[in-house]
Amino acid sequence: MLTPEQIETRLHRILLKVQKPGRYVGGEYNSVVKSWEDTPLKVALVFPDIYDIGVSNVGLKILYDQINQRPDALAERAYAPWVDMEAEMRRAGIPLYSLETYHPLAAFDLIGFSLPYETLYTNTLNLLDLAGLPLRSADRDERHPLIIAGGHATTNPEPMHAFIDAFAIGEGEEIIHDILNMLRRSKEQGWSRLELLRHLTQIPGLYVPRFYEVAYFEDGTVREIRPTLSEAPKVITKRIVAKLPPPPTRFIVPNVETVHNRVSVEIMRGCTRGCRFCHAGMIVRPVRERQVEEIVQAAEEALQQTGFEELALLSLSSSDYSRIIELVEAISQRFHDRNLTISLPSLRIETVSVDLTEKLKQHRSTGFTLAPEAASERMRRIINKYIPDEQILQTVREIYRRGWTTIKLYFMIGHPSETLEDVQAIADLCQRVLAEGRKVLGMKAKVHAGVSTFVPKPHTPFQWASCDTIEQILAKQDLLKRSLRDRNIKLSWNEPQETLLEAWLSRGDRRLAEVIESAWRRGARFDAWGEQRNFQAWMEAFAEHDLDPAFYTHRPRRADEVFPWDHISVGVRKSYLFQDFRMSLEGQIRIDCRQQCFACGILPTFTDLRRQNPGDFWKCPEVKSPARPLPVLQAELTPSGA
Amino acid sequence: MRLRITFAKRGPLRYTGHLDLQRNWERIIRRAGLPLAYSQGFHPHARIQLAAALPLGFASRAEIVDIFLTQPVELDHLKEKLQAVCPAGLEILQVEAVEENAPALQTRLQAAEYRVTLPSLNADAQRELRQRIAGLLAAPSLPRQRRGKDYDLRPLIHELRWLEDGSLFMRLSAVEGATGRPEEVLDALGIPWEETLIERIRLIFTE
Repeated sequence: MLTPEQIETRLHRILLKVQKPGRYVGGEYNSVVKSWEDTPLKVALVFPDIYDIGVSNVGLKILYDQINQRPDALAERAYAPWVDMEAEMRRAGIPLYSLETYHPLAAFDLIGFSLPYETLYTNTLNLLDLAGLPLRSADRDERHPLIIAGGHATTNPEPMHAFIDAFAIGEGEEIIHDILNMLRRSKEQGWSRLELLRHLTQIPGLYVPRFYEVAYFEDGTVREIRPTLSEAPKVITKRIVAKLPPPPTRFIVPNVETVHNRVSVEIMRGCTRGCRFCHAGMIVRPVRERQVEEIVQAAEEALQQTGFEELALLSLSSSDYSRIIELVEAISQRFHDRNLTISLPSLRIETVSVDLTEKLKQHRSTGFTLAPEAASERMRRIINKYIPDEQILQTVREIYRRGWTTIKLYFMIGHPSETLEDVQAIADLCQRVLAEGRKVLGMKAKVHAGVSTFVPKPHTPFQWASCDTIEQILAKQDLLKRSLRDRNIKLSWNEPQETLLEAWLSRGDRRLAEVIESAWRRGARFDAWGEQRNFQAWMEAFAEHDLDPAFYTHRPRRADEVFPWDHISVGVRKSYLFQDFRMSLEGQIRIDCRQQCFACGILPTFTDLRRQNPGDFWKCPEVKSPARPLPVLQAELTPSGA
Repeated sequence: MRLRITFAKRGPLRYTGHLDLQRNWERIIRRAGLPLAYSQGFHPHARIQLAAALPLGFASRAEIVDIFLTQPVELDHLKEKLQAVCPAGLEILQVEAVEENAPALQTRLQAAEYRVTLPSLNADAQRELRQRIAGLLAAPSLPRQRRGKDYDLRPLIHELRWLEDGSLFMRLSAVEGATGRPEEVLDALGIPWEETLIERIRLIFTE
């Protein structure tokens, strides 16, 4: 294994040959360098996309702080080198190394991958390879670092089960300590890799795929998933923190320009709106809020610690923060004269949002973003994001009137049962929005329509739905392109190939591990980057393993189908999701569940946590009587084959 | 108030370019809690002036930046206060107050001195290098091309010497439109510059 000095010497010979070498050298303000020799537990945190994107990731920042605050542990960082740097590293024999001390990743005890989206899977394999590690968990032993992954995509861990030793399901703040404590015991007692993995199954929320086996029906669907180890849990339930811990403030300050150079403060976690397409809305329950004073204080401290010029207040739905007006007042009062850009994303479509944004923004250069997601009344009922047209038009009128010239509208095509009429409604709505703008601003008014394609996600009511085919997607995009020919309307969309890739990976089963590895060997990586995507490699990989991609994407699931992720619980019952799916097909909407509990399953899953943490930061309404059990849907509750 | 800060730029910060360094300085000043001045207008920008751009990959112990503040600040302990909020590789060497409306340093820049650490050379190679230096200096002109443009390198070399410690010293013109680049000199000497470490050691200004 190379020493850090050897790595550094080799690096200096190649760095000036690649774009933006500042990505690869570390040394950022607020990065933490602890003594390698004096710290027993060494963790590398990896974001498997480029530095420019990964360095501002808040989830990894939380873990970085949690680990570095322990006297017995250190955390360092690594990101995916861009293709030019990867080629130079391989040529010079430089393994993947950490930015803090230039240690090869193979020298760490634990490598933690963040997997927020599925298109990072091939990069993950590439980084394991670049680190000189065997790709497969079964080929690694106690001489190699333990490989753990977490993040939203891992709510269906199965496609990556062969490569990752253990998946941390849910929130990471506490489980990371359980893992480190276990690792410490393992080192002290000299456990074999197998012994360590067995012990890890005892940590709630940690899924060790090695000890589970899957049986399939002849048609390729899952018959059963069961543990092969008596002590391994049948169902792995995600971890949450009952009360959000103080937010991180010592953000890494990159020495080169990156995508987000900003202080991010999470004002609340979770969302109660229940949009049926939304993965985060289902898997991040319950809603937990931070106090206004805590947010303002953290923002102040973080701005001082970083010198950043931008502040973002993050949540899935800012308007739903209980004291949003008070928060915006407090933030604007405290920071208005500091030449800062303040952003409050994910606002509801209502005129109040214009007031809120206006309070925070000094100028209107960036355009105002709204996300109606669908444009026909029928579709809005199906996805459970119901906003009447009149409310949208009233809001955009107000936005243009207050001086914004560009409105960005986000839509999705491909929702279940969508027809070309529903797509036409998107184009019509864009035209009507522009017409409102023209009344106020004339030809200066602009609309930017961002139309992405829906991908059914696990653990959502739409997990039973099929995804559009390439032909359907192209026909819909074509309709939009034809109907939106106006020089003041800009239309952007996703390539259908990207959508399909995401679709089969999100609802894939264990057999996809073979496909992922083959696709990587055939050159697939940076799948989220249009210019790097190698769709051909994926199609060949499917063919090589005799699997049909359409099985994963275009097939409506049976009501009683066992899903590959059924042994992973995010606290929301499958019967609840199915009921919601049925309601969707009937066009029934569900109101914000802060108003009324629909018994999704979160409260019974985390009863003890809630009892131990009284207070109103947790936003589930008080349920007086025990939650009324849902009508049991016979068809789907009986695990087939059991 | 106008502060003039002399600093060294080394280590990982060698790979941070001119514009990114400017942004770094803004953040350092804000972290130090100093009242940074901004330009007027629709897109206010911080009033920070770096004396001379340092090419990517070069180290320096002689960079200078002027920083405009809206109010005067105490100079005592300012150096330590700034140093405490600098990223790795940035060392504050001197902090002084200068005349608010003195001309910008960029306009007064005349020349820059560099020290180039070379891979170790044996006696023969040393002799040969010294001969090449003498040849270069003796030439009436050194026509070269850079980014498709013809120019003469010779008048841009004010001084070029081989030092006993095995490094090269050069003083090159740094007037706008007539800037000598150390890697061009190294190339003219047949030294692959990727294998050297170039450090800027002094900026020379007109009075």
